Amino acid sequence: MKISMAIELQDIPGQLVLALKPISDFGGNILSVLHQRDKKTPAGRIPVQLVVDIEEGRLERLVERLEARGVNVVRTGKERLKESMVVLLIGHIIHSDIRETIDSIDSTGFAEVVGLSLSMPSVNKESSASVTLSAVGKKELKEALNILERTANGKGIMVISPI
Amino acid sequence: METNTKTVRISIVGFGYVGAGVAEVLRRKRTEIARKYGLNIKIVGVADLNGIFIDDNGLDEAEMLKLRTGDKSWEKPGDMTTLDVIKDVEHEVMVETTPTNVVTGEPGLTHIITALESDRHVVTSNKGPLALEYTRLMELATKRGKELKFEASVGGAMPIISLVRENLAGNGILSIQGILNGTCNYILTRMAEEGLPYEHVLKEAQELGLAEAEPSKDVDGIDTAVKLVILANSVFGLNATYKDVEVAGIAEITPDALKLADDAGYVIKLIGEVDGAGCLKVKPRLVPRDDPLNVGGTLNVATIKTDLAGDITVIGKGAGPIEAASAILADIISIYNT
Repeated sequence: MKISMAIELQDIPGQLVLALKPISDFGGNILSVLHQRDKKTPAGRIPVQLVVDIEEGRLERLVERLEARGVNVVRTGKERLKESMVVLLIGHIIHSDIRETIDSIDSTGFAEVVGLSLSMPSVNKESSASVTLSAVGKKELKEALNILERTANGKGIMVISPI
Repeated sequence: METNTKTVRISIVGFGYVGAGVAEVLRRKRTEIARKYGLNIKIVGVADLNGIFIDDNGLDEAEMLKLRTGDKSWEKPGDMTTLDVIKDVEHEVMVETTPTNVVTGEPGLTHIITALESDRHVVTSNKGPLALEYTRLMELATKRGKELKFEASVGGAMPIISLVRENLAGNGILSIQGILNGTCNYILTRMAEEGLPYEHVLKEAQELGLAEAEPSKDVDGIDTAVKLVILANSVFGLNATYKDVEVAGIAEITPDALKLADDAGYVIKLIGEVDGAGCLKVKPRLVPRDDPLNVGGTLNVATIKTDLAGDITVIGKGAGPIEAASAILADIISIYNT
């Protein structure tokens, strides 16, 4: 699971390594580090933004370990999906297993289907759906659209994407 | 003033609604064109499947237009053919307005080649020859020192080729995206506004003469794709053909889909898109309601993304005899005003 984490370090050498070491000890993968040396807190600490991929069950123990090392953990939260896009689907959406289509996006880890609105005129007719995709960044959003198009094309569903 | 007027003799090959539009525009504008541009444009030949008229002193446009209303019958001088008119009747510009054939390019392709080889400039609205043999035709024109102009082939009256080549000279063109088929735009606009199904609106468009009885060229995106190929070759210097275009049409669009798009702040339009990397796509796309590409009715529109000027959007009537003739007339004038 992707976690964003805001921590604060003491302004003395070696603190960043001290903070990052426990993450790998707990099997976490550091995806990004934003080290803001020029933006000290009123208490003179240095704020750092991290994005970490770690098993959900290990997060609490990681936070405890960091605190024990003198690292302030200000906030943790699931990585926010920043970029969104609405895409329309036309075809036999339900019959062709919409769940699988959605899973193809959700299983990426960087994008999710966050909205779905379906319109079905009658059982045997083609239905239309608007799907809202969200992803951690623009590049990931584009990749999510590619995956959706590939999955849908294989099922004979038309994908209408924004210009 | 007479001494400054240059006579330009033209032939019109293909006297359908576009060819007749050219005659009509010349009838209306002859005096103005002479005064403003110093050109006296005379039609010395009209050739069509139905017959041929020639007159070195210039044919009377009003008479020729009667051919379209049935008030005058087609004739043929002896066994003269269209190619004889192009080769043997002395004139400067051949206006090629026969119907587009995207499979063979004929008869337009042979007409254009014959005209260039007979050292005549060519102005055409015919997409077929350009989409199939652009490079070969341009090379032939260059070799002969003649102009081959085709503004009317893309976007009708909407200026796009000369806009990019002349007014935006010096700019790098990143991409062109737009609605290049008025029939599709009419159908999607009506479906969205009235919540009507595709088949119903298509029938309505056919009754209004906005769609052909066999509508696949328009609604399957073929016409848009052919125009993209012309843009790819003329603007981006690619050597693309129809096969390079990823094409989808509008027949599958449902009123439900348009409603869902509307709920999300979009309209659905058939968008043609081409970029310098050679990516050519015709697909229904979601266009934000407030985007300049959201134009209704039968209008055509294109947004040209450039490196210096930013985005430029042009909107205009994509079809209609007078509109197409406007682009043809501008091409003829530009040959002599460079």
